[in-house]
Amino acid sequence: MSKNTVSDRFRKVDVDEYDENKFVDEEEGGENQLGPDEAEVDSLIRQGNLMGALQAVLKNPPINTKNQNVKDRAEGLVLKVLSSFKSTDIEKGVQSLDKNGVDLLMKYIYKGFERPSENSSAVLLQWHEKALSAGGVGCIVRVLTARKTV
Amino acid sequence: MSYHSFLLEPISCHAWNKDRTQIALCPNNHEVHIYKKDGNNWNKIHVLKEHNGQVTGIDWAPESNRIVTCGTDRNAYVWTLKGDVWKPTLVILRINRAARCVKWSPKENKFAVGSGSRLISVCYFEQDNDWWVCKHIKKPIRSTILCLDWHPNNVLLAAGSCDFKCRIFSAYIKEVEEKPAPTPWGSKMPFGEVMFESTGTAGWVHGVCFSDSGNRVAWASHDSTVAVAEGGKTAVCTSLTSETLPLLCVTFITENSLVAAGHDCYPVLFVYDSNKAALSFGGKLDIPKQSAQKGMSARERFQNLDKKATSDTKEAVLESVHKNSISQISILNGGKAQCAKFCTTGMDGGMTIWDVKTLESAMKDLKIV
Repeated sequence: MSKNTVSDRFRKVDVDEYDENKFVDEEEGGENQLGPDEAEVDSLIRQGNLMGALQAVLKNPPINTKNQNVKDRAEGLVLKVLSSFKSTDIEKGVQSLDKNGVDLLMKYIYKGFERPSENSSAVLLQWHEKALSAGGVGCIVRVLTARKTV
Repeated sequence: MSYHSFLLEPISCHAWNKDRTQIALCPNNHEVHIYKKDGNNWNKIHVLKEHNGQVTGIDWAPESNRIVTCGTDRNAYVWTLKGDVWKPTLVILRINRAARCVKWSPKENKFAVGSGSRLISVCYFEQDNDWWVCKHIKKPIRSTILCLDWHPNNVLLAAGSCDFKCRIFSAYIKEVEEKPAPTPWGSKMPFGEVMFESTGTAGWVHGVCFSDSGNRVAWASHDSTVAVAEGGKTAVCTSLTSETLPLLCVTFITENSLVAAGHDCYPVLFVYDSNKAALSFGGKLDIPKQSAQKGMSARERFQNLDKKATSDTKEAVLESVHKNSISQISILNGGKAQCAKFCTTGMDGGMTIWDVKTLESAMKDLKIV
Protein backbone atom coordinates (compact mmCIF):
# COMPACT_ATOMS: atom_id res chain seq x y z
CA MET A 1 0.00 0.00 0.00
CA SER A 2 1.06 3.61 -0.15
CA LYS A 3 3.80 4.47 2.25
CA ASN A 4 3.42 7.27 4.75
CA THR A 5 5.51 10.06 3.27
CA VAL A 6 4.63 12.81 5.75
CA SER A 7 5.80 12.86 9.36
CA ASP A 8 3.46 11.27 11.86
CA ARG A 9 5.07 12.81 14.91
CA PHE A 10 1.81 14.64 15.60
CA ARG A 11 0.35 11.34 16.73
CA LYS A 12 2.65 11.32 19.72
CA VAL A 13 1.49 14.70 21.03
CA ASP A 14 -0.33 14.45 24.37
CA VAL A 15 -3.29 16.75 23.76
CA ASP A 16 -4.43 16.55 27.38
CA GLU A 17 -1.39 18.59 28.39
CA TYR A 18 -2.72 21.54 26.43
CA ASP A 19 -6.25 21.42 27.82
CA GLU A 20 -6.73 24.68 29.69
CA ASN A 21 -9.27 23.05 32.00
CA LYS A 22 -6.95 20.24 32.94
CA PHE A 23 -7.29 19.24 36.59
CA VAL A 24 -4.05 19.69 38.46
CA ASP A 25 -3.77 18.34 41.97
CA GLU A 26 -2.88 20.79 44.69
CA GLU A 27 0.81 20.81 45.44
CA GLU A 28 1.62 19.81 48.97
CA GLY A 29 5.10 20.09 50.39
CA GLY A 30 6.66 16.65 50.15
CA GLU A 31 10.33 17.52 50.25
CA ASN A 32 10.79 16.51 53.84
CA GLN A 33 9.25 13.09 53.55
CA LEU A 34 12.07 10.64 53.61
CA GLY A 35 10.18 7.44 54.16
CA PRO A 36 10.65 5.04 57.07
CA ASP A 37 13.98 4.98 58.86
CA GLU A 38 16.00 2.14 57.34
CA ALA A 39 18.46 1.75 60.20
CA GLU A 40 15.76 1.61 62.83
CA VAL A 41 13.70 -0.94 60.93
CA ASP A 42 16.74 -3.15 60.19
CA SER A 43 17.79 -3.21 63.82
CA LEU A 44 14.29 -4.12 64.93
CA ILE A 45 14.14 -6.99 62.45
CA ARG A 46 17.51 -8.26 63.63
CA GLN A 47 16.34 -8.13 67.23
CA GLY A 48 13.33 -10.21 66.27
CA ASN A 49 10.90 -7.45 67.26
CA LEU A 50 8.69 -7.83 64.23
CA MET A 51 5.71 -5.91 65.65
CA GLY A 52 7.95 -2.97 66.35
CA ALA A 53 9.46 -3.23 62.89
CA LEU A 54 5.98 -3.13 61.37
CA GLN A 55 5.07 0.01 63.31
CA ALA A 56 8.37 1.62 62.41
CA VAL A 57 8.19 0.86 58.73
CA LEU A 58 4.71 2.36 58.48
CA LYS A 59 5.92 5.71 59.83
CA ASN A 60 6.66 8.64 57.54
CA PRO A 61 5.10 7.26 54.39
CA PRO A 62 6.50 9.04 51.32
CA ILE A 63 3.07 10.05 50.06
CA ASN A 64 3.66 13.59 48.90
CA THR A 65 7.18 13.33 47.59
CA LYS A 66 7.89 13.26 43.87
CA ASN A 67 11.15 11.46 44.40
CA GLN A 68 10.66 7.97 43.01
CA ASN A 69 13.77 6.60 44.76
CA VAL A 70 12.37 7.39 48.16
CA LYS A 71 9.17 5.61 47.28
CA ASP A 72 11.00 2.55 45.94
CA ARG A 73 13.21 2.34 49.00
CA ALA A 74 10.18 2.55 51.28
CA GLU A 75 8.38 -0.17 49.36
CA GLY A 76 11.44 -2.44 49.49
CA LEU A 77 11.74 -1.93 53.23
CA VAL A 78 8.07 -2.71 53.82
CA LEU A 79 8.35 -5.86 51.75
CA LYS A 80 11.34 -6.95 53.82
CA VAL A 81 9.39 -6.53 57.04
CA LEU A 82 6.29 -8.28 55.69
CA SER A 83 8.33 -11.24 54.44
CA SER A 84 10.06 -11.72 57.77
CA PHE A 85 6.76 -12.35 59.58
CA LYS A 86 5.69 -15.93 60.25
CA SER A 87 2.34 -16.83 58.63
CA THR A 88 0.70 -17.32 62.01
CA ASP A 89 1.82 -13.91 63.26
CA ILE A 90 0.41 -11.93 60.33
CA GLU A 91 -3.04 -11.62 61.89
CA LYS A 92 -1.59 -10.28 65.13
CA GLY A 93 0.46 -7.83 63.17
CA VAL A 94 -2.59 -6.47 61.41
CA GLN A 95 -4.56 -6.25 64.69
CA SER A 96 -1.84 -4.06 66.16
CA LEU A 97 -2.49 -1.37 63.58
CA ASP A 98 -5.08 1.39 63.81
CA LYS A 99 -7.45 2.27 60.97
CA ASN A 100 -5.02 4.56 59.21
CA GLY A 101 -2.31 1.97 59.61
CA VAL A 102 -4.43 -0.68 57.92
CA ASP A 103 -5.17 1.72 55.03
CA LEU A 104 -1.48 2.50 54.65
CA LEU A 105 -0.55 -1.19 54.80
CA MET A 106 -3.08 -1.93 52.05
CA LYS A 107 -1.52 0.81 49.91
CA TYR A 108 1.93 -0.77 50.29
CA ILE A 109 0.49 -4.22 49.54
CA TYR A 110 -1.00 -3.07 46.26
CA LYS A 111 2.19 -1.21 45.41
CA GLY A 112 4.00 -4.48 46.00
CA PHE A 113 1.62 -6.32 43.68
CA GLU A 114 2.62 -3.94 40.90
CA ARG A 115 6.14 -5.25 40.76
CA PRO A 116 6.16 -8.91 41.76
CA SER A 117 9.45 -10.49 42.65
CA GLU A 118 10.52 -14.02 43.69
CA ASN A 119 8.26 -14.78 46.58
CA SER A 120 6.62 -11.44 47.18
CA SER A 121 3.17 -12.20 45.79
CA ALA A 122 2.52 -15.15 48.07
CA VAL A 123 3.48 -13.17 51.17
CA LEU A 124 1.54 -10.13 50.01
CA LEU A 125 -1.56 -12.21 49.36
CA GLN A 126 -1.50 -13.56 52.91
CA TRP A 127 -1.17 -10.03 54.26
CA HIS A 128 -3.90 -8.88 51.90
CA GLU A 129 -6.33 -11.44 53.25
CA LYS A 130 -5.75 -10.38 56.84
CA ALA A 131 -5.81 -6.67 56.05
CA LEU A 132 -9.06 -7.16 54.15
CA SER A 133 -10.76 -8.76 57.11
CA ALA A 134 -9.61 -5.85 59.27
CA GLY A 135 -10.28 -2.98 56.90
CA GLY A 136 -13.09 -4.27 54.74
CA VAL A 137 -13.67 -3.36 51.10
CA GLY A 138 -13.66 0.31 52.12
CA CYS A 139 -9.95 -0.01 52.71
CA ILE A 140 -9.39 -1.21 49.14
CA VAL A 141 -11.64 1.56 47.79
CA ARG A 142 -9.41 4.07 49.55
CA VAL A 143 -6.34 2.59 47.86
CA LEU A 144 -8.03 2.97 44.50
CA THR A 145 -9.26 6.53 45.06
CA ALA A 146 -6.18 7.97 46.73
CA ARG A 147 -4.75 10.79 44.63
CA LYS A 148 -1.35 10.68 46.33
CA THR A 149 -0.12 7.25 47.27
CA VAL A 150 3.08 5.54 48.38
CA MET B 1 -40.39 -1.21 55.47
CA SER B 2 -42.32 -1.60 52.29
CA TYR B 3 -40.69 -2.30 49.00
CA HIS B 4 -42.28 -1.64 45.64
CA SER B 5 -40.66 -2.56 42.38
CA PHE B 6 -41.51 0.05 39.78
CA LEU B 7 -39.32 -1.01 36.91
CA LEU B 8 -36.61 -3.33 35.79
CA GLU B 9 -34.31 -0.43 34.91
CA PRO B 10 -32.68 1.87 37.42
CA ILE B 11 -34.67 4.78 38.76
CA SER B 12 -32.45 7.72 37.84
CA CYS B 13 -34.04 10.15 40.27
CA HIS B 14 -37.30 10.73 42.11
CA ALA B 15 -39.29 13.39 43.93
CA TRP B 16 -42.42 13.33 46.10
CA ASN B 17 -45.30 15.77 46.11
CA LYS B 18 -46.36 17.61 49.25
CA ASP B 19 -48.74 15.04 50.75
CA ARG B 20 -46.64 12.09 49.59
CA THR B 21 -49.41 10.59 47.47
CA GLN B 22 -47.60 11.05 44.19
CA ILE B 23 -44.05 10.27 43.15
CA ALA B 24 -42.32 11.59 40.03
CA LEU B 25 -39.49 9.45 38.78
CA CYS B 26 -37.32 8.96 35.75
CA PRO B 27 -37.20 5.38 34.47
CA ASN B 28 -33.72 5.75 33.02
CA ASN B 29 -34.92 7.41 29.82
CA HIS B 30 -35.93 10.85 28.56
CA GLU B 31 -39.26 10.94 30.35
CA VAL B 32 -40.62 11.58 33.80
CA HIS B 33 -43.40 9.33 35.04
CA ILE B 34 -45.73 10.39 37.82
CA TYR B 35 -47.33 7.61 39.84
CA LYS B 36 -50.21 8.02 42.24
CA LYS B 37 -50.78 5.81 45.23
CA ASP B 38 -54.06 3.97 45.18
CA GLY B 39 -54.40 1.70 48.19
CA ASN B 40 -51.50 -0.68 47.77
CA ASN B 41 -50.97 -0.01 44.10
CA TRP B 42 -49.16 2.66 42.22
CA ASN B 43 -50.83 3.88 39.04
CA LYS B 44 -49.06 5.89 36.39
CA ILE B 45 -51.09 9.05 35.90
CA HIS B 46 -48.80 11.36 33.95
CA VAL B 47 -45.91 11.06 31.55
CA LEU B 48 -43.83 14.20 31.09
CA LYS B 49 -42.07 14.14 27.76
CA GLU B 50 -39.93 17.09 26.86
CA HIS B 51 -36.31 16.25 27.53
CA ASN B 52 -34.02 15.02 24.76
CA GLY B 53 -31.63 13.37 27.11
CA GLN B 54 -31.80 11.29 30.26
CA VAL B 55 -33.45 13.15 33.12
CA THR B 56 -30.82 13.36 35.85
CA GLY B 57 -32.61 15.40 38.49
CA ILE B 58 -36.21 15.99 39.61
CA ASP B 59 -37.42 18.20 42.44
CA TRP B 60 -41.03 18.84 43.43
CA ALA B 61 -41.75 22.08 45.25
CA PRO B 62 -44.27 21.25 48.00
CA GLU B 63 -45.97 24.66 48.39
CA SER B 64 -46.14 25.93 44.85
CA ASN B 65 -46.61 22.43 43.39
CA ARG B 66 -44.09 22.96 40.60
CA ILE B 67 -41.71 20.32 39.33
CA VAL B 68 -38.27 21.18 38.03
CA THR B 69 -36.38 18.61 35.97
CA CYS B 70 -32.93 18.72 34.47
CA GLY B 71 -31.26 16.40 32.04
CA THR B 72 -28.28 15.44 29.96
CA ASP B 73 -29.68 17.57 27.13
CA ARG B 74 -28.27 20.61 29.02
CA ASN B 75 -31.77 21.93 29.72
CA ALA B 76 -34.04 22.34 32.68
CA TYR B 77 -37.83 22.57 32.58
CA VAL B 78 -40.18 23.96 35.19
CA TRP B 79 -43.52 22.13 35.05
CA THR B 80 -46.77 23.63 36.32
CA LEU B 81 -50.02 21.77 36.65
CA LYS B 82 -52.69 23.40 34.48
CA GLY B 83 -55.94 21.57 35.05
CA ASP B 84 -54.94 17.98 34.57
CA VAL B 85 -51.86 18.48 32.44
CA TRP B 86 -48.30 19.37 33.36
CA LYS B 87 -47.04 22.21 31.16
CA PRO B 88 -43.28 22.73 30.77
CA THR B 89 -41.38 26.00 30.66
CA LEU B 90 -37.87 25.87 29.31
CA VAL B 91 -35.11 27.38 31.43
CA ILE B 92 -31.94 28.30 29.56
CA LEU B 93 -29.07 27.24 31.81
CA ARG B 94 -26.27 28.39 29.50
CA ILE B 95 -24.25 25.25 30.13
CA ASN B 96 -22.41 23.21 27.57
CA ARG B 97 -22.41 19.89 29.40
CA ALA B 98 -25.10 17.76 31.01
CA ALA B 99 -27.02 18.97 34.03
CA ARG B 100 -26.59 16.56 36.96
CA CYS B 101 -28.78 17.61 39.85
CA VAL B 102 -31.43 20.18 40.65
CA LYS B 103 -32.96 21.48 43.86
CA TRP B 104 -35.65 24.03 44.68
CA SER B 105 -34.69 26.51 47.38
CA PRO B 106 -36.71 26.34 50.63
CA LYS B 107 -38.82 29.37 49.66
CA GLU B 108 -39.24 27.98 46.13
CA ASN B 109 -38.36 31.26 44.45
CA LYS B 110 -35.09 29.90 43.06
CA PHE B 111 -33.56 26.62 42.09
CA ALA B 112 -29.98 25.52 41.57
CA VAL B 113 -28.68 23.13 38.90
CA GLY B 114 -25.32 21.39 39.14
CA SER B 115 -23.72 20.43 35.87
CA GLY B 116 -20.75 18.87 34.16
CA SER B 117 -19.69 22.32 32.92
CA ARG B 118 -18.00 22.84 36.28
CA LEU B 119 -20.56 25.41 37.41
CA ILE B 120 -23.82 25.82 39.30
CA SER B 121 -26.71 27.67 37.61
CA VAL B 122 -28.91 29.49 40.11
CA CYS B 123 -32.20 30.32 38.41
CA TYR B 124 -34.89 32.76 39.49
CA PHE B 125 -38.04 34.03 37.84
CA GLU B 126 -37.96 37.55 36.47
CA GLN B 127 -41.49 38.96 36.60
CA ASP B 128 -40.92 41.72 34.04
CA ASN B 129 -39.79 39.42 31.28
CA ASP B 130 -41.90 36.45 32.39
CA TRP B 131 -38.80 34.33 32.06
CA TRP B 132 -36.45 32.25 34.18
CA VAL B 133 -33.01 33.86 34.37
CA CYS B 134 -29.89 32.14 35.59
CA LYS B 135 -26.68 33.25 37.24
CA HIS B 136 -23.55 31.13 37.35
CA ILE B 137 -21.29 30.18 40.22
CA LYS B 138 -18.00 29.19 38.61
CA LYS B 139 -15.03 29.80 40.86
CA PRO B 140 -13.38 27.77 42.29
CA ILE B 141 -15.20 24.69 41.02
CA ARG B 142 -12.90 22.47 38.97
CA SER B 143 -15.05 19.55 38.03
CA THR B 144 -18.63 18.29 37.72
CA ILE B 145 -21.06 19.16 40.49
CA LEU B 146 -22.72 15.94 41.59
CA CYS B 147 -25.10 17.01 44.34
CA LEU B 148 -26.65 20.09 45.91
CA ASP B 149 -28.53 21.01 49.06
CA TRP B 150 -29.97 24.33 50.21
CA HIS B 151 -29.55 25.85 53.66
CA PRO B 152 -32.87 26.74 55.37
CA ASN B 153 -32.07 30.45 55.02
CA ASN B 154 -32.66 30.18 51.24
CA VAL B 155 -29.26 31.70 50.47
CA LEU B 156 -26.52 29.21 51.21
CA LEU B 157 -26.04 26.24 48.92
CA ALA B 158 -23.89 23.19 49.62
CA ALA B 159 -22.39 21.53 46.57
CA GLY B 160 -20.45 18.29 46.28
CA SER B 161 -18.17 18.00 43.32
CA CYS B 162 -15.90 15.61 41.43
CA ASP B 163 -12.91 17.76 42.35
CA PHE B 164 -13.05 15.96 45.71
CA LYS B 165 -14.46 18.93 47.63
CA CYS B 166 -17.67 19.84 49.36
CA ARG B 167 -18.26 23.58 49.34
CA ILE B 168 -20.87 25.96 50.67
CA PHE B 169 -21.61 28.86 48.36
CA SER B 170 -23.78 31.89 48.75
CA ALA B 171 -26.54 31.97 46.14
CA TYR B 172 -27.92 35.32 47.25
CA ILE B 173 -29.98 36.88 44.48
CA LYS B 174 -30.76 40.49 45.35
CA GLU B 175 -33.70 40.63 42.93
CA VAL B 176 -35.74 38.12 44.83
CA GLU B 177 -34.76 38.37 48.46
CA GLU B 178 -33.53 40.47 51.34
CA LYS B 179 -29.99 40.39 52.67
CA PRO B 180 -29.65 37.30 54.83
CA ALA B 181 -28.83 37.40 58.54
CA PRO B 182 -25.38 36.17 59.63
CA THR B 183 -25.00 32.40 60.08
CA PRO B 184 -22.32 30.24 61.66
CA TRP B 185 -20.87 29.88 58.16
CA GLY B 186 -20.20 33.59 57.82
CA SER B 187 -21.89 36.97 57.69
CA LYS B 188 -20.93 38.48 54.35
CA MET B 189 -22.67 36.51 51.63
CA PRO B 190 -22.33 38.09 48.19
CA PHE B 191 -23.36 35.89 45.31
CA GLY B 192 -20.83 33.16 44.57
CA GLU B 193 -18.84 33.60 47.77
CA VAL B 194 -17.30 30.38 49.11
CA MET B 195 -18.28 30.15 52.76
CA PHE B 196 -16.70 26.77 53.37
CA GLU B 197 -14.50 24.36 51.46
CA SER B 198 -13.65 20.89 52.68
CA THR B 199 -10.16 19.45 52.79
CA GLY B 200 -8.96 15.97 53.48
CA THR B 201 -11.31 13.59 51.75
CA ALA B 202 -10.08 12.15 48.50
CA GLY B 203 -13.06 10.98 46.52
CA TRP B 204 -15.86 12.42 44.43
CA VAL B 205 -18.52 13.83 46.68
CA HIS B 206 -21.66 11.91 45.81
CA GLY B 207 -24.14 13.25 48.33
CA VAL B 208 -24.39 16.35 50.49
CA CYS B 209 -26.97 17.42 53.05
CA PHE B 210 -27.52 20.32 55.45
CA SER B 211 -28.96 19.55 58.87
CA ASP B 212 -32.35 20.99 59.78
CA SER B 213 -30.85 24.02 61.49
CA GLY B 214 -28.33 24.52 58.71
CA ASN B 215 -25.43 24.58 61.15
CA ARG B 216 -24.06 21.25 60.01
CA VAL B 217 -23.37 19.82 56.61
CA ALA B 218 -22.66 16.16 55.88
CA TRP B 219 -21.23 14.64 52.75
CA ALA B 220 -20.50 11.15 51.44
CA SER B 221 -17.41 10.66 49.37
CA HIS B 222 -16.26 7.99 46.95
CA ASP B 223 -13.35 6.94 49.13
CA SER B 224 -15.88 5.25 51.45
CA THR B 225 -15.93 8.09 53.94
CA VAL B 226 -18.66 10.20 55.47
CA ALA B 227 -17.83 13.59 56.91
CA VAL B 228 -19.67 16.23 58.89
CA ALA B 229 -18.65 19.86 59.19
CA GLU B 230 -20.04 22.23 61.77
CA GLY B 231 -20.08 25.92 61.02
CA GLY B 232 -18.34 28.34 63.32
CA LYS B 233 -15.41 30.75 63.38
CA THR B 234 -13.37 27.89 62.06
CA ALA B 235 -15.47 25.12 60.69
CA VAL B 236 -14.95 21.85 62.52
CA CYS B 237 -14.69 18.88 60.19
CA THR B 238 -14.88 15.25 61.22
CA SER B 239 -14.82 12.29 58.93
CA LEU B 240 -15.32 8.58 59.34
CA THR B 241 -13.78 5.97 57.09
CA SER B 242 -16.08 3.04 56.59
CA GLU B 243 -15.39 -0.57 55.74
CA THR B 244 -18.10 -0.73 53.14
CA LEU B 245 -18.40 0.27 49.52
CA PRO B 246 -18.82 4.00 48.82
CA LEU B 247 -22.06 5.69 49.85
CA LEU B 248 -24.03 7.61 47.25
CA CYS B 249 -26.56 9.61 49.20
CA VAL B 250 -26.82 10.98 52.71
CA THR B 251 -29.45 12.78 54.72
CA PHE B 252 -29.92 14.00 58.28
CA ILE B 253 -32.86 12.45 60.10
CA THR B 254 -32.33 14.36 63.33
CA GLU B 255 -29.83 17.04 64.17
CA ASN B 256 -27.33 14.38 65.27
CA SER B 257 -28.13 11.34 63.16
CA LEU B 258 -27.49 10.67 59.50
CA VAL B 259 -28.73 7.95 57.26
CA ALA B 260 -26.67 7.14 54.19
CA ALA B 261 -26.91 4.49 51.48
CA GLY B 262 -24.93 3.51 48.46
CA HIS B 263 -23.32 0.68 46.60
CA ASP B 264 -23.82 -1.77 49.43
CA CYS B 265 -27.58 -1.68 48.83
CA TYR B 266 -28.64 -1.04 52.40
CA PRO B 267 -29.00 2.18 54.43
CA VAL B 268 -26.71 2.75 57.39
CA LEU B 269 -26.98 5.03 60.37
CA PHE B 270 -24.24 7.38 61.58
CA VAL B 271 -24.32 9.37 64.78
CA TYR B 272 -22.54 12.70 65.23
CA ASP B 273 -21.45 13.77 68.69
CA SER B 274 -20.76 17.48 68.61
CA ASN B 275 -19.15 17.57 72.08
CA LYS B 276 -16.47 15.15 71.03
CA ALA B 277 -16.64 16.25 67.38
CA ALA B 278 -16.81 12.61 66.46
CA LEU B 279 -18.77 10.68 63.91
CA SER B 280 -19.53 7.06 64.64
CA PHE B 281 -21.22 4.17 62.91
CA GLY B 282 -24.70 3.61 64.32
CA GLY B 283 -25.78 0.44 62.61
CA LYS B 284 -26.98 -1.25 59.47
CA LEU B 285 -30.62 -0.46 58.86
CA ASP B 286 -31.64 -3.47 56.86
CA ILE B 287 -32.36 -6.69 58.66
CA PRO B 288 -32.70 -9.55 56.25
CA LYS B 289 -35.35 -12.08 57.07
CA GLN B 290 -33.75 -15.19 58.48
CA SER B 291 -34.26 -17.80 55.81
CA ALA B 292 -34.53 -21.37 56.96
CA GLN B 293 -31.14 -23.01 56.92
CA LYS B 294 -31.55 -26.29 55.17
CA GLY B 295 -28.89 -28.90 55.61
CA MET B 296 -26.70 -29.77 52.71
CA SER B 297 -26.32 -33.27 51.41
CA ALA B 298 -22.82 -34.54 50.76
CA ARG B 299 -23.55 -34.51 47.03
CA GLU B 300 -24.51 -30.81 47.10
CA ARG B 301 -21.40 -30.02 49.11
CA PHE B 302 -19.21 -31.76 46.57
CA GLN B 303 -20.99 -29.99 43.71
CA ASN B 304 -20.41 -26.65 45.36
CA LEU B 305 -16.77 -27.48 45.86
CA ASP B 306 -16.51 -28.38 42.21
CA LYS B 307 -18.37 -25.36 40.86
CA LYS B 308 -17.50 -22.60 43.28
CA ALA B 309 -14.41 -23.92 45.07
CA THR B 310 -16.17 -23.47 48.38
CA SER B 311 -18.47 -25.60 50.47
CA ASP B 312 -20.10 -22.54 52.00
CA THR B 313 -23.80 -22.85 52.54
CA LYS B 314 -24.32 -19.14 51.96
CA GLU B 315 -25.76 -18.39 48.56
CA ALA B 316 -24.44 -15.55 46.51
CA VAL B 317 -27.66 -13.62 46.85
CA LEU B 318 -27.99 -10.19 48.35
CA GLU B 319 -29.94 -10.31 51.55
CA SER B 320 -30.91 -6.68 51.55
CA VAL B 321 -34.23 -5.32 50.35
CA HIS B 322 -32.70 -3.44 47.44
CA LYS B 323 -30.92 -5.71 45.02
CA ASN B 324 -28.70 -3.05 43.53
CA SER B 325 -27.08 0.21 44.59
CA ILE B 326 -29.26 2.80 46.26
CA SER B 327 -28.84 6.09 44.46
CA GLN B 328 -31.20 8.49 46.21
CA ILE B 329 -32.71 8.92 49.63
CA SER B 330 -35.51 11.34 50.49
CA ILE B 331 -37.33 12.31 53.68
CA LEU B 332 -41.06 11.61 53.66
CA ASN B 333 -42.35 12.66 57.05
CA GLY B 334 -40.98 14.68 59.87
CA GLY B 335 -38.46 16.80 58.01
CA LYS B 336 -34.75 16.63 58.73
CA ALA B 337 -35.29 17.31 62.40
CA GLN B 338 -37.50 14.42 63.41
CA CYS B 339 -37.74 12.18 60.43
CA ALA B 340 -40.35 9.47 60.81
CA LYS B 341 -40.17 7.91 57.36
CA PHE B 342 -37.67 8.03 54.55
CA CYS B 343 -37.60 6.57 51.08
CA THR B 344 -34.80 5.08 49.01
CA THR B 345 -34.69 4.37 45.28
CA GLY B 346 -32.05 2.52 43.46
CA MET B 347 -30.60 0.93 40.40
CA ASP B 348 -32.83 -2.10 40.81
CA GLY B 349 -35.88 -0.01 39.85
CA GLY B 350 -37.38 -0.38 43.30
CA MET B 351 -38.46 2.02 45.97
CA THR B 352 -38.47 1.24 49.67
CA ILE B 353 -40.15 3.24 52.41
CA TRP B 354 -38.43 2.88 55.77
CA ASP B 355 -40.14 3.64 59.05
CA VAL B 356 -37.78 5.02 61.68
CA LYS B 357 -39.82 3.87 64.68
CA THR B 358 -40.03 0.27 63.41
CA LEU B 359 -36.29 0.26 62.74
CA GLU B 360 -35.53 1.55 66.20
CA SER B 361 -37.63 -1.14 67.85
CA ALA B 362 -36.48 -3.92 65.56
CA MET B 363 -32.80 -3.37 66.11
CA LYS B 364 -31.52 -3.36 69.66
CA ASP B 365 -28.62 -0.99 70.32
CA LEU B 366 -29.89 1.29 67.59
CA LYS B 367 -30.20 4.75 69.06
CA ILE B 368 -31.30 7.66 67.01
CA VAL B 369 -30.35 10.70 69.08
